[in-house]
Amino acid sequence: MTRPLLEVNDLKKHYRIAGGLFGGKPSYVYAVDGVSFEVARGETLSLVGESGCGKSTVGRAVLRLFDITSGQVVLDGQRMDDASKDTLQTFRRRVQVVFQDPFSSLNPRMKVRDILAEPIRNFGLARSSAEVDERVNKLMDLVGLPREAVKRLPHQFSGGQRQRICIARALAAEPELIVCDEAVSALDVSVKAQIVNLLQDLQRELGLALLFISHDLAIVEHMTHRVAVMYLGKLVEVAPKRELFAAPRHPYTRALLSAVPLPEPGAQRERIILKGDVPSPVNPPKGCRFHTRCPHAFERCRVEEPELKIAPGDHWSACHLNDLPLAENPMVTPLAS
Amino acid sequence: MALLEVENLQVHFRTPVGVNRAVDGVSFHVEEGETLAIVGESGCGKSVTSMSMLRLIPEPPGKIAGQVRFAGRDLLKLSDKEMRAIRGNDISMIFQEPMTSLNPVLTVGRQIGETLRLHQGLDAAAAEAKAVEMLTLVGIPAPERRVKEYPHQLSGGMRQRVMIAIALACNPKLLIADEPTTALDVTIQAQILDLMRDLKHRVGAAIVLITHDLGVVAEVAERVMVMYAGRKVEEAPVRELFSNPRHPYTQGLLGAVPKLGSSLSGESTRLAEIPGQVPSLTKPIQGCVFAGRCAIATDVCRTWAPALEMKAPRHVAACHYALKEAVAA
Repeated sequence: MTRPLLEVNDLKKHYRIAGGLFGGKPSYVYAVDGVSFEVARGETLSLVGESGCGKSTVGRAVLRLFDITSGQVVLDGQRMDDASKDTLQTFRRRVQVVFQDPFSSLNPRMKVRDILAEPIRNFGLARSSAEVDERVNKLMDLVGLPREAVKRLPHQFSGGQRQRICIARALAAEPELIVCDEAVSALDVSVKAQIVNLLQDLQRELGLALLFISHDLAIVEHMTHRVAVMYLGKLVEVAPKRELFAAPRHPYTRALLSAVPLPEPGAQRERIILKGDVPSPVNPPKGCRFHTRCPHAFERCRVEEPELKIAPGDHWSACHLNDLPLAENPMVTPLAS
Repeated sequence: MALLEVENLQVHFRTPVGVNRAVDGVSFHVEEGETLAIVGESGCGKSVTSMSMLRLIPEPPGKIAGQVRFAGRDLLKLSDKEMRAIRGNDISMIFQEPMTSLNPVLTVGRQIGETLRLHQGLDAAAAEAKAVEMLTLVGIPAPERRVKEYPHQLSGGMRQRVMIAIALACNPKLLIADEPTTALDVTIQAQILDLMRDLKHRVGAAIVLITHDLGVVAEVAERVMVMYAGRKVEEAPVRELFSNPRHPYTQGLLGAVPKLGSSLSGESTRLAEIPGQVPSLTKPIQGCVFAGRCAIATDVCRTWAPALEMKAPRHVAACHYALKEAVAA
């Protein structure tokens, strides 16, 4: 079997918010609390969930923007979470990022040419400045911007064009994996479609793997291969796209899908309205973290935490309903649409 | 007579680079108890339209012209004092950001009670009692306790419920909701939309819903008005608009949104994109505002601006070719 490009094993990231130096009982935000997944070469894995579920923290841990509390991040067989500075340099070339806000993620004082040339020089991908220019021009072509625009500053571009620059900058390092952290969420509908199409084209052309972090389920369904659903720092379900959207096995995924408003007036469908809010990650509920809002919760959910278990079709879910006989499990029926 | 009639509304802003025609000659009406959605992308003028109806646009740099007739009175001609008696009483508004539109140093109860004391002359005790009643109405658990709490003690969804409670406290005839669920998570959005639908039946207020989310439009609106570059380009009842969009921009918008369930029906793997960008509003636009991005635009479109025409019963669109397009399809 071929090795996955990225493996994340039991990743944990806890932030201390009180106590410590002068005593007092320390308390922690359990932002990510034991998450494992793999991303294959050329694959898109989407990480979905509501705000505060820890999906961006996972993305940032994969990028090694901070040290993780425990667990492993493995790129192509090499552990990155405890890597030395030298190995990190090559790692940073192979894993790049596109952030949500193209207004704050570009240096306003740098011309587009310099923005794109920086990673090329930094990783020694070109020998002469003529070669740098050639690469910069190619990148502009790739993301569909006019070559003359390299002389301009970021503020002279619209939001969609800026996001194209961010994508070009990520591509400049010739990465194998790009982490897209809500990369299309801030864009308008018509521009969003342009960027989604661009990402899909680039993936096909360059064989990129994408870790696509988003809360927009319709976009995710449109462009992903597999989906991982997070709730309060844990994965609750991981499955190939069709499996997940046709027959979600976790009650949270079902509620999430049914909550998305459909652009079809008068559409009749199952509608699950969850009660209450997401609990605090400082004091996550005991047992299954979702039991406080779950319409199917029973005694066992309040005491024992469910593990991710596999079902046919590479469909993983963490729910005690999985242990019930099939006839009694309300999660095995396909979604009524 | 309709509850609200907006006629040839123009909102222009003086800027260093020229006059920005944020809203340029928009007319529409809202019947009593009706929900009208105003849809469009950022910068199309939908929020400015709603703010100018309540005269919340500072003048200068803004300049509002046209007519906004509410129950027969032109709001643009009222004195500031008369206007204050209408805001929050006959017409109230919900904003997008529940974090920033509540006062952080006043209790929730005080803020709900404020409109009641001001407009209905209730005393402090009666206002608080009514505040508890309003919190119950919008589905906040333990309202007697919550009424004494401050905004930071509430979650985003709860704050938006408080905003709705404030807006509905005086039984307004018209509620303007500017992106009321955009800042919320989907499961919380579902709760708030559910609440708005439920309250509409109970309170009977007309709603003007401003949003960019076509899914939200499909769920709550009865009639839809599509705006582009400061103008109205199409208006129709919600089902008609989604099943039979006439304007190329509306068609493009609907095509650019992926639908949940698309992977199951094995539909095409490419989203329809609208090429290019929204034109600058500081320069006069010759011809149709959408011509620069439209796939079927001709010289006619680039020369003459199309008028809003009735294309089907209750369905208007501003496009030279819309009718032909619909017959062919």
